[in-house]
Amino acid sequence: MTLAVFFGCAFIAFGPSFALFVFTIAKDPLRVIILIAGAFFWLLSLLLSSLVWFIAIKASNSQDLTLQRGLLIFGVFFSVLLQEVFRFAYYRLLRKATEGLAAISDDDGSAISVRQMAYVAGLGFGIMSGAFSMINILSDSLGPGTVGIFGDSQYYFITAALMTLALTLLHTFWGVVFFEGCEKSRWWVIAAVVSLHLLVAGLSLLNPLYEGSLPPVYVITLATGVWAFFSSGGSLHSLSALCTRRKAEGESS
Amino acid sequence: MSVQLNRVLIYADFTGVLCSSVEQKIYVVLNETVPCVRLLNATHQIGCQSSISGDTGVLHVLETESDLDWILSSGPHPPYMVIMETAFFNRSVMMRMKNSSRVAGVAVIISKTGLADNFSPHTTCPNQNTGVYSESYGSDLANCNGTVWNPLGNGLSYEDFSFPVFALKDENQTQVLRKCYEDHNQRVNGSAPQYPLCAMQLFSHMHAVTDTVTCMRRTDLQNRFSINPEVLCDPLSDFNVWTSTRPLNNSAKGHAADESVVIAATRLDGRSFFWEQAPAAEGTVSGIVTLLATIQALYPVTQEAPPPRNIFFSFFQGEAFDYIGSSKMVYDMEKNDFVIDMNNVHSMLEIGQVGLRSGRSLWMHSDPVSRQNKSVDTEVSEEEGKLSLFSHLTVDHPSVSQPLPPSSFQRFLRARRIPGLVLADHNTSFTNRYYESMYDDAENLNVTYPPGLTPDEQLVYETDAAKSLAEVATLVARSLYLQAGGEEKNLNNITADPKIVTQEHHISSPHDSRPGPPQFYIGLGPRVHGPAHSVTRFVQYILANLTGTVTNLTESQCQNPSELSTENKDLFSYFWVSGPASVNGTREPFCVRASVRLSKAVSPAFELLEYGSRNYSTWTESRWKSIRARIFLVASRELEVMQPALVELTETKQKNISAKTEIMFIK
Repeated sequence: MTLAVFFGCAFIAFGPSFALFVFTIAKDPLRVIILIAGAFFWLLSLLLSSLVWFIAIKASNSQDLTLQRGLLIFGVFFSVLLQEVFRFAYYRLLRKATEGLAAISDDDGSAISVRQMAYVAGLGFGIMSGAFSMINILSDSLGPGTVGIFGDSQYYFITAALMTLALTLLHTFWGVVFFEGCEKSRWWVIAAVVSLHLLVAGLSLLNPLYEGSLPPVYVITLATGVWAFFSSGGSLHSLSALCTRRKAEGESS
Repeated sequence: MSVQLNRVLIYADFTGVLCSSVEQKIYVVLNETVPCVRLLNATHQIGCQSSISGDTGVLHVLETESDLDWILSSGPHPPYMVIMETAFFNRSVMMRMKNSSRVAGVAVIISKTGLADNFSPHTTCPNQNTGVYSESYGSDLANCNGTVWNPLGNGLSYEDFSFPVFALKDENQTQVLRKCYEDHNQRVNGSAPQYPLCAMQLFSHMHAVTDTVTCMRRTDLQNRFSINPEVLCDPLSDFNVWTSTRPLNNSAKGHAADESVVIAATRLDGRSFFWEQAPAAEGTVSGIVTLLATIQALYPVTQEAPPPRNIFFSFFQGEAFDYIGSSKMVYDMEKNDFVIDMNNVHSMLEIGQVGLRSGRSLWMHSDPVSRQNKSVDTEVSEEEGKLSLFSHLTVDHPSVSQPLPPSSFQRFLRARRIPGLVLADHNTSFTNRYYESMYDDAENLNVTYPPGLTPDEQLVYETDAAKSLAEVATLVARSLYLQAGGEEKNLNNITADPKIVTQEHHISSPHDSRPGPPQFYIGLGPRVHGPAHSVTRFVQYILANLTGTVTNLTESQCQNPSELSTENKDLFSYFWVSGPASVNGTREPFCVRASVRLSKAVSPAFELLEYGSRNYSTWTESRWKSIRARIFLVASRELEVMQPALVELTETKQKNISAKTEIMFIK
């Protein structure tokens, strides 16, 4: 549907994550490495889960539509579980790496804290997940047509972009919360993250009933964002400090 | 839900193989596309062109005059892709479309409902610049000054359109388009339809521009300097088919000693507005069928009681495009590069359009300018006399002095003033109301069968059209025999069989193994499309069947007959045919020896490298990469623009927050 839609959807889906990358990650090479490794771990989880789904599809009757839909649902949930398993695996890997990083750094402590690694790992997961959700759809949005001739909704592209944005942010927040839960051995946190992920994946299966999928997902995103903020050490006090600092800067300039 | 299911079912038949599933949700690919392509000659380009990435427009069906106003002035969503009903495909509407900037392309529905009484996209005076009449020869007869041959012609085929024009021949596909239009684009109570709207994209980008001179110059540059040369256009070319009652030595070029030849000729091609669509029933098939029946009637008698002169039968290809085949043959004759030359030619008889006689008389056309010469005049009158000998079919000549109709004979006259006649079913202008158009089909020839006949029964049923053509064929055969000096006593043995004619008529109708009647457009010949056009091959094999003898050569001998002393490759050509199917399905192939040959039909302008020639045909056809069509929905511009605006919103918020992360999280 032309360049306007292509750029619009691309920036909606990837704009925030791109901005986060540029302002918080790009300057520190260690963070970049952790980001890319996180993306790679997500890719591995996707590869394995899609292999399972593919074998299931090929072994089944392709004409039976309810069976195919059932297999899709199974594939989605299995993929969610596998992603969380790989997130845990990445956490273990990063914990092992912290000791090594502390040994080679100039300061006494490690060059990067677990909380920062959590955020970067989550963002890595989010970016790769967003890319795989969106790239295929973006390439088709370049043509002159929009979705709808078979009766689908004409808002397909923009809702896909919004969903991708939500998922990217969610992965980031989940990364923070998950690592924090593992550090403090609070297993209910991990269970909550997994259930939230399953819930969001299940909501996406409601499409094309976009009213049923997008608002709840954004509510969850907001809630998870607040949870991640408080979990990583933020407080109302620091928020107010942010505003006064800004005011002070405003007065002094 | 059921509405969506219906749509999926209707459209699902039409999606081709697409790569991704999102693409499958968006586009419906139309498979049966018939485009109009670009042709070029020495000075002009004609036909249609699209942009390199296709032309897109909102669909609108043109059924009434108010639709025309909507498309051209009042509709709020230009440019439009017009679905044109048959009745509106005429010169005035197409010219208004051409001059409007609101038309992205046209798809014409080809059907018999709403078809006007006449439709000929050809010019009113076909081949006026390459015939025999010019400033120096019969100037008062040139450019149809005396007689307008095709008065119903609107010249659409010779206009240059800057948007693509496609033809919709498949009824199911047209139904898909109508459904999409009715679902999304229909006007409700005169108000404009709402987005999303159904749109169509047509791809038919042509590589050649301006004229043949430019195109061939660029092609030559490519061939000389490029590693991967890109050819931009190809000359129209194919083969003429010829045979003779006495075999001629094919390797002895130039004047044939002791040969006086009577030429019987007809044309082999047709054209229409769209590419490779030319049923040409009355324009071409009637002539081919008549000449084949003539040969079938005449051949046995000429073997038993040979007349003194040889009779040379020729089917000329490419006559619609400034006489490609006949100009090439005359050129070869003058250059002594053909089996005979102009000195061998005694006279000529050409069969023009003879299908719409309907019981009336046949007309003999002759050239008044050459008849000013006494000897030529006597010869022609004698020839006319031989045709008028038979009372069961009246033959007349036009009462006023008028030029020859467009015919291959005119090219022979340009070289030498030989006596000759052109036979036609029209006196002044053509009786064919659909000359060189897609509607000149079997129905135009009134080929009708009684209801309830099986296809096999239809194959042998003698229609009225077949009987009429058989009468003409008998007349032509007998007069050719007399013209060649044969004796009158043998004439009663010469009769054309209507059964053969009706079987040959099947080359004008749809057949089980191919979808639709054969098309007679000349095409691009051996360099591009393989050996020879299917129609050319077909006529060649029928001739071999009618005039050839079965030999008992083996397959390898048939392919190399020069190894045997009894066979002569110079006089005959040898065909290995698969034979008729027997009861249990097996076929017994055998070798046929016939004096049927193909001769190259490409304009001499391309041999002489005179691409801007005024004397010879310079027609070329452009090359292209892809020709296809697809339909989809388009969203409003507001929706498109809204999305970048959303982006701006998110980006500004983002930047603010990211800059402050240190403050928020430092402990």
